[in-house]
Parts: sequence; structure tokens; C-alpha cells
Amino acid sequence: MTESQPSFKRELLASLPSLRAFAISLIGRHDRADDLVQDTIMKAWAKQDHYQMGTNMKAWLFTILRNELFSQMRKHGREIQDSDGAFTDSMATHPSQYGSMDLQDFRRALEKLPPDQREAVVLVGASGFSYEEAAEICGCAVGTIKSRVNRARLRLQELLQVTGEGDYGPDATSAPLTSKAFAF
Amino acid sequence: MMNNKKEDHEIRRKENGHAGDILDPNNQIGIRLRSLYSAVQEEVIPDRFLDLLEKLDQVERLSSEKVGK
Repeated sequence: MTESQPSFKRELLASLPSLRAFAISLIGRHDRADDLVQDTIMKAWAKQDHYQMGTNMKAWLFTILRNELFSQMRKHGREIQDSDGAFTDSMATHPSQYGSMDLQDFRRALEKLPPDQREAVVLVGASGFSYEEAAEICGCAVGTIKSRVNRARLRLQELLQVTGEGDYGPDATSAPLTSKAFAF
Repeated sequence: MMNNKKEDHEIRRKENGHAGDILDPNNQIGIRLRSLYSAVQEEVIPDRFLDLLEKLDQVERLSSEKVGK
């Protein structure tokens, strides 16, 4: 058995905040997301001989977390996300972090996305991965990631009734859709 | 360096057409997505993870000592 490389632990620790944020974005609930992160750490630790120091630790961990999530879902037949409980649960445990109305609304909208779109938009829009890296993590084509991100963005704009274009004026594609966004 | 990054970003935006807008610093969806994400990222790492890593480290040290003897 090879001895653990001291910098492996350090690199893993450095990636943990982002790994947690990814897990919470996918699952919605802090408690279940943290269980998943814990499983991911154990898997990564056991596989550390396969990891090449200096390569992308973050992408490696994200891939393990994702595979772990899907294999658990296959085993237990669980939904990727407990949509009903997700928002209220997180709000109850972490009221201060998501205190702003804006972020609460956004969180709720994010939870309404199909899982594959949510994952793509988080990886590219927040985790800092390129389309190519995101495609590798998800095991799909770059074009698929691009189209998922695009659809996610349009759906979020529709749900939140923002143009998403900042100072560049309204978005003609999503504007006609926004009126029905808050029908429920 | 800043310039390079900005140029890369511009190139990426152009290549990806509309989907690249999520990375635009003015994009409203991108801004909200990143603030939600960083709110979680800035939370203190829960002790359970630090304890777990400590334990994994210890187990490994012990087992490699055994092998050494």
C-alpha cells in the first residue's frame, strides 16, 4: 500500500467548499448533500492512487460525486432531489445565508429545472468549469452541455422574469414566456 | 493576465453564442447563480469532514506502519 501523499489531503480540502456547493445545488438539501460529500471523500481517498497530482483535483472530485449520486439513485430509486422539502429545509437550517429575497427566489427557480440542466448551468455558470470540462464531468458531448446551459438560462429567466441580459436590453426569446411564470 | 482572461472570456462567448451569456458579468441569471453558490462556498467546512479526513489519514498511517514491521 502506498502512503498517502500529504498534498492529496491538502488539495482535497481546498476543493471541499466548491464540492459542497455543487452537491447542495444538485440535491437542494444540506443534510443529504453533506452525506453525499462524505461518500465522495471516502471514494476519492480509496482511489487516490489513480489521481495524478497536479491535474484537476476539482474536476476529479466532481466526477466522483456525480457518479456516486447516480449509483445511489439507481440503488435506492430515489429522486435526485426532494423538491417539496428542499427549499423549506434549507431555509430552516440556514436562514442567514439565503436571507435575500432575490436568492430565495433564485433557489426556488433552480429547483424547478430538470436535473441535467441544473447540473450543467451550475458547473459552467458557478463552479468555474469550461464547457469542455463540464462535458467530461457529465460524460456527454460539449454541444449537449451548451444546449443544456442555454435551456437552463432561458427557463430561469422565464421563472424569474429577468431578461438576463443586464444592460443589453430585454431578451426577445424569453419575454413572451414570462407572463405565465408565476401562475402556480 | 487580466487581459488574457478577459480575451479568453470574449472568445468563449463568441464561440458559444447565447449560452455563453451566463458567464457575462452583467448577466442577471449568472450573477444570482454565483451569489447562491458562493454563499454555500463561504460556509465553514463542517467538522464531520475534517474529522473524517483525520481518521482516514490515521488508519493509513497505522496500516503502513504495520506493513513496515
